[in-house]
Amino acid sequence: MVRDVAFGQYFPGNSLMHRLDPRTKLIGFVALIAVIFCTFNYPALAIVVGVTAFLLLSSGIPFKFYLKSLKVILIVVLITSLLNLFYGSGEPIWQWWILKLTWNGIHRAIFVTVRIVCLILLSSCLTFTTSPTELTDAIERLMKPLNKIHFPVHEIAMMMSLALRFVPTLLEETDKIMQAQKARGADLDSGNFIRRAKALVPILIPLFVSAFRRAYDIATAMECRCYRGGTGRTRMKTLRMSGRDAACFVALALIICGVVLCDIFLKAAI
Amino acid sequence: MFIKVENVCFSYDSVDEGLPVKNAVDGVSLTIGKGEFVAVIGHNGCGKSTLAKHLNAMLLPDSGKVYVDGDDTSDENKTWDIREKVGLVLQNPDNQLVASIVEEDVAFGPENLGVDPKEIRERVDRALKAVGMYEYRTHAPHKLSGGQKQRVAIAGVLAIQPQCIVLDEPTAMLDPNGRDEVMDTLHKLNRELGITVVLITHYMEEAVTADRVIVMDGGKILTGGTPPEVFSQVELLKKHRLDVPQAAELAFRLKGCGADITTIPLGVEECAAMLREVLR
Amino acid sequence: MSTVLELKNLSFVYGAGTPFEKKAVDDVSLSIEQGELIGIIGHTGSGKSTLVQMLNGLIKPAQGQVLLDGRDIWEQPKKIRDIRFRVGMVFQYPEYQLFEETVYKDIAFGAANKGLTGDELDQAVRRAADFTGLRPELLEKSPFDLSGGEKRRAAIAGVIAMDPEVLILDEPTAGLDPMGRELLLSQIINYHKEKGNTVLLVSHSMEDIARVADRVLVMNRSRLFMLDRTREVFAHGDELEKIGLRVPQVTKIMQALRAQGIDLPDSVLTVDEAFDTLSSLLKREGKIW
Repeated sequence: MVRDVAFGQYFPGNSLMHRLDPRTKLIGFVALIAVIFCTFNYPALAIVVGVTAFLLLSSGIPFKFYLKSLKVILIVVLITSLLNLFYGSGEPIWQWWILKLTWNGIHRAIFVTVRIVCLILLSSCLTFTTSPTELTDAIERLMKPLNKIHFPVHEIAMMMSLALRFVPTLLEETDKIMQAQKARGADLDSGNFIRRAKALVPILIPLFVSAFRRAYDIATAMECRCYRGGTGRTRMKTLRMSGRDAACFVALALIICGVVLCDIFLKAAI
Repeated sequence: MFIKVENVCFSYDSVDEGLPVKNAVDGVSLTIGKGEFVAVIGHNGCGKSTLAKHLNAMLLPDSGKVYVDGDDTSDENKTWDIREKVGLVLQNPDNQLVASIVEEDVAFGPENLGVDPKEIRERVDRALKAVGMYEYRTHAPHKLSGGQKQRVAIAGVLAIQPQCIVLDEPTAMLDPNGRDEVMDTLHKLNRELGITVVLITHYMEEAVTADRVIVMDGGKILTGGTPPEVFSQVELLKKHRLDVPQAAELAFRLKGCGADITTIPLGVEECAAMLREVLR
Repeated sequence: MSTVLELKNLSFVYGAGTPFEKKAVDDVSLSIEQGELIGIIGHTGSGKSTLVQMLNGLIKPAQGQVLLDGRDIWEQPKKIRDIRFRVGMVFQYPEYQLFEETVYKDIAFGAANKGLTGDELDQAVRRAADFTGLRPELLEKSPFDLSGGEKRRAAIAGVIAMDPEVLILDEPTAGLDPMGRELLLSQIINYHKEKGNTVLLVSHSMEDIARVADRVLVMNRSRLFMLDRTREVFAHGDELEKIGLRVPQVTKIMQALRAQGIDLPDSVLTVDEAFDTLSSLLKREGKIW
């Protein structure tokens, strides 16, 4: 069922990761992703794996939820790693038909797999430990300078957090509408592409109608609760950088230095 | 006197296609005192929801006036003051929760008012405790039951610290347990915090528990008074196809056959005691 | 009478194999006769919604069987769609499923999926509209221009048009005002009388169930709690209240009087019944004329 998708879920908690300022997490996340794709030898890769493992452990979230988020992209990982495995350059160590196994291919497969897995685990770690509101808050604060060029930062952040709030609701609704149309004999799973696309009409139209109705209701509810745009608004949870966050930035700098040094002084494996 | 509605008319259709303009609210006058628990009942389209939206300046009367705590709702400078004093809770609990975490949703109102973060925290905790949802403060709204969602919505309005809460059919989409939860919460707020409650509903069972019932039909007030005063008018309510407590209906029909019944009962015990007297 | 639906040790588990595993329906066995009007009650989460969704194959049971006219509906899993035309299901707030340009087309959607065409389809649509009291001129309107109650009835007509042998309605009157509730309920009774079909009505309104149902099925904590004649079920007011269900006010009043030694039948379901009983009692005693 549609609602089983666990990606992007938030788990309230009080772990080290939870207590970090969302801005730190966001900047750190983006920086780490960049670092991940700059690893070209095993020591560098080991640093990244170690950092990822440390972050996952310090998130206090049961490991099974991370595994669940990996399950979604399992096929992508398998395909890309297989492609890399058999299409490396250099001396073949084993060959059959068009499949050619090389040391280069093995290294590349390992790097690609580890990189994608780390990427997914880190993004899960971010969304698991940061509520959508915090995340949009962080984005709003980080983008604040754009206000000067009349970019509607607050409005965009508000829209994002509302969208995130209604994802589960609309998924549930999709499920309900699908069941109702199936009960009227709608055939959703057979036929060619065009027939299937057509079969979506009875689901999409009610979904849009309901989304618009909801939007209208939300606007009314927000107005009733004295919402009048971003000016003069305060926040219950103010974002404040602490010693922890400073330590994080130092650690981040060290990680970047470490990986860069590895890249400069050690031979690339791929 | 906290809210004063004076001869209000309102129509949704502007003058188009030459059709006669039909008023959704058609000359309604009423007053609501501080600390009262008032229920407004009537069919869909009787104008009760439209009236509700007039009480916090979401709608402004075409003619007539609405005063909240002495302020005219049509005075634009007072709009936000009025919305701070009169909170409005809507029917669909899903569509009024704006944040992905319960406590962040409740904070939305005070945040809009520019309240100091520390005080917001206090208000949020107090509001959640008042509706009995404090334990759920870090939950995601979509995982709650209908009654719980609606209680969070009430907390969201409560955190603005209004003097009056208007609820537009807050129980229409809930199951009996959810309805009980919401009704218990409202009575508690009314009793313990002295908050004025205006409950728009079409459930007669809920109206029976109010201090005062107002019955609307066709944009007008049909009748009003205490629950016994209103629900003893069985004939009038039946004529407008409104629900009457079964106890009242039974007593009314027996009385019509000449049984010795003076007051029309609304509840089970009351009715059973009265019937026993009659049968004795 | 013949058995139309038979449930044998039916069970269903949500999220099997995950930490969120929850038994929604637990070992339910029962049979329903052709032409019965069954009321289904139970509080939210008691498993009644899951149960009814298994009856037309929208949910596949984890264990047990659903027999329709003696045959397992999952005998040929590829043909499960045909079962949905034979066991019609109206969900809660069915108006949210409307999507066509006109009410007519929307009502025709299910029947056309079933394979009806031409005059047959036209007749099915018009008959269904008639059952639900939709005036012919409404059929050419957009379903989104109807009033709330009309939308609801159009959506129900869409299922009735498939001419199912069994019609399941999940809280058809939820959210309607008293007038809409009354109207829809009388249309359902009327449909049941005229077609002689089996109707399953899930409802939170005990007054409605007491008025219309032949038998009542009570679900509690995923299990079948009770299935009996309506009068018998409501005679067990105490047991129902223990599992968080209530009985109609008038039933309670009469039970209170009976408990005080007044000679009354043990289960009175409607105001009419109570009035008849009491007025004849009073007449006998010469208190009224």
